[in-house]
Amino acid sequence: MAPTIKTEWERIRNSGVWRSIFRSGSGASNLHRAEAIQQNVFLHLFSVKIRSRALEFKPTWFLGALTLTTFFILVVTGILLMFYYHPSVPQAYADMKDLQFVVASGVFLRNLHRWSAHAMVFLVFAHMFKVFYRGAYRPPRQFNWVIGVFLLLVTLLLSYTGYLLPWDQLAFWAVTVGSNIAKAVPLVGDKVRFLMLGGNEVNANALLRFYVLHCVILPLAAVALVGVHFWRIRKDGGLYVPEKKTL
Amino acid sequence: MSDDKQEAPAHPAQGSAAHKDGECADCSRREFFAKLGLGSLIVAGVGTGLFAYEYFSPNVLFEASPIVKAGKPDQFPPNSVTLDAQSGIYLVNSAKGYYALGAICTHLGCLTAWKPELDLIACPCHGSRFNRDGIKVAGPAPQPLPWLKVWLADDGYLMVDRSTPLKVQEFVKA
Repeated sequence: MAPTIKTEWERIRNSGVWRSIFRSGSGASNLHRAEAIQQNVFLHLFSVKIRSRALEFKPTWFLGALTLTTFFILVVTGILLMFYYHPSVPQAYADMKDLQFVVASGVFLRNLHRWSAHAMVFLVFAHMFKVFYRGAYRPPRQFNWVIGVFLLLVTLLLSYTGYLLPWDQLAFWAVTVGSNIAKAVPLVGDKVRFLMLGGNEVNANALLRFYVLHCVILPLAAVALVGVHFWRIRKDGGLYVPEKKTL
Repeated sequence: MSDDKQEAPAHPAQGSAAHKDGECADCSRREFFAKLGLGSLIVAGVGTGLFAYEYFSPNVLFEASPIVKAGKPDQFPPNSVTLDAQSGIYLVNSAKGYYALGAICTHLGCLTAWKPELDLIACPCHGSRFNRDGIKVAGPAPQPLPWLKVWLADDGYLMVDRSTPLKVQEFVKA
C-alpha cells in the first residue's frame, strides 16, 4: 500500500520520539482523547470533557477567549516593539517616531499594539458584564470572579503604564494627572506618588519605572492570574451553561 | 487544622495547648518550633518590606532646584503676568510690586497658562480658572495658586523659591 499523508501521519504519531513527547499517541477513543488533554501541560488547565453547548456562541459570546487573543497579540507585538524602544528621556519619543516612520512594519506593530490594548480593555468589561448579567459569578464560581476583578485591575494598570511610554505631551500630562490622583490617598498619598514616579516629578525615573512595570511585572502578574482563572473554570465545574428552558 | 476544628467543640473549656499535651509527648515542642518558624517568616517579611521601600525610594534625585532666577525686573512690563513654562511660575509686575505664583494647577498638577484676553490664568486639563492674584474663579481646583517667595538678588535678578508658599502676600519693589 502506497503511503498516504494519513498513514504517514499515523506512523509519525506512533513513533518513539512522538510517544516520548505526547504519551497518549494516536487513537480516537474517548480515553485517548481525554489523555491528550490531561497529559499536556498547557491543555490540562482545561476540562477533558465539556458540554457541547459551552462551545456555542450564545453562553459566552467568546468574550473571554477574545480577551485572551488580544492579550497574546499584545505580548507578541509588545516584545517586538521592545527591540527598538529605549526607556530614556528624550530618546523614548524619538524611538516611538522611528517606529512610526523608519522601522519596517513599525507603524503596523505599534498600531496593532495600541488597538489591541483598547480592544482588550473593552473586551474585559464586556466579558465582566456578560458574566455578571448571566449570573455566572455565583457559587461555586465566586472566587473566579474575584480573580477576574484582579485581572481587570492588572489590565487597567497595563493600560495606564503603557500610556506614558511614548513620552509625548498626552502621555506626560496624563501621568502627571494620574500620579496626582494617587497623591489623594489619605496619609500615604505623597509617599505613594514618590514611589510610583521615583521622584517628585514625571521624569526619567518615572519613565523607567513605568517601563519595567509595563513590560515585566504586570505581564507576569497577568499570566499568573490568567493561569489560575482558566484552571478554576475546570475546578468550578466548567463554563456556566444553564439548562435549556423547556417552553 | 482540621483536627482543631473537629475537636474544639468537644473540649470547650480547655485551651488547645493543654489538650494537645495530653495527646502527644512532643506537641509543645512542635508548637514551639512552628511558632518560631512563623515568627521568623514574619520578621523576614517585614524586613523585606522595609528594604524594598528603602530600595525603591531614590536617595539622590536629579531634579531642578526649587530656587529659580526669574529675570531682571525691567524684563517684566508694568501690569503684566509672565509665565515661565520651564520652571512653572508666573511673575507678576503689579502696581504694588513684583510677586510670583506657582503655575501648577492645584487640582491635578497641569501647567496653567495666562490668557491676556480674559485677564485670567486658565488650566487646559479640567478648566480651572484663576485671577492674577491666584484666586480661583472657576473649575475644580481646590486651592488658589500659591504665592511664592520672591527677592531681589545682589546681581539685580529677581529670585523665586518654589518650595516656599507664602501665607501672607508679599510684594517686592525694584
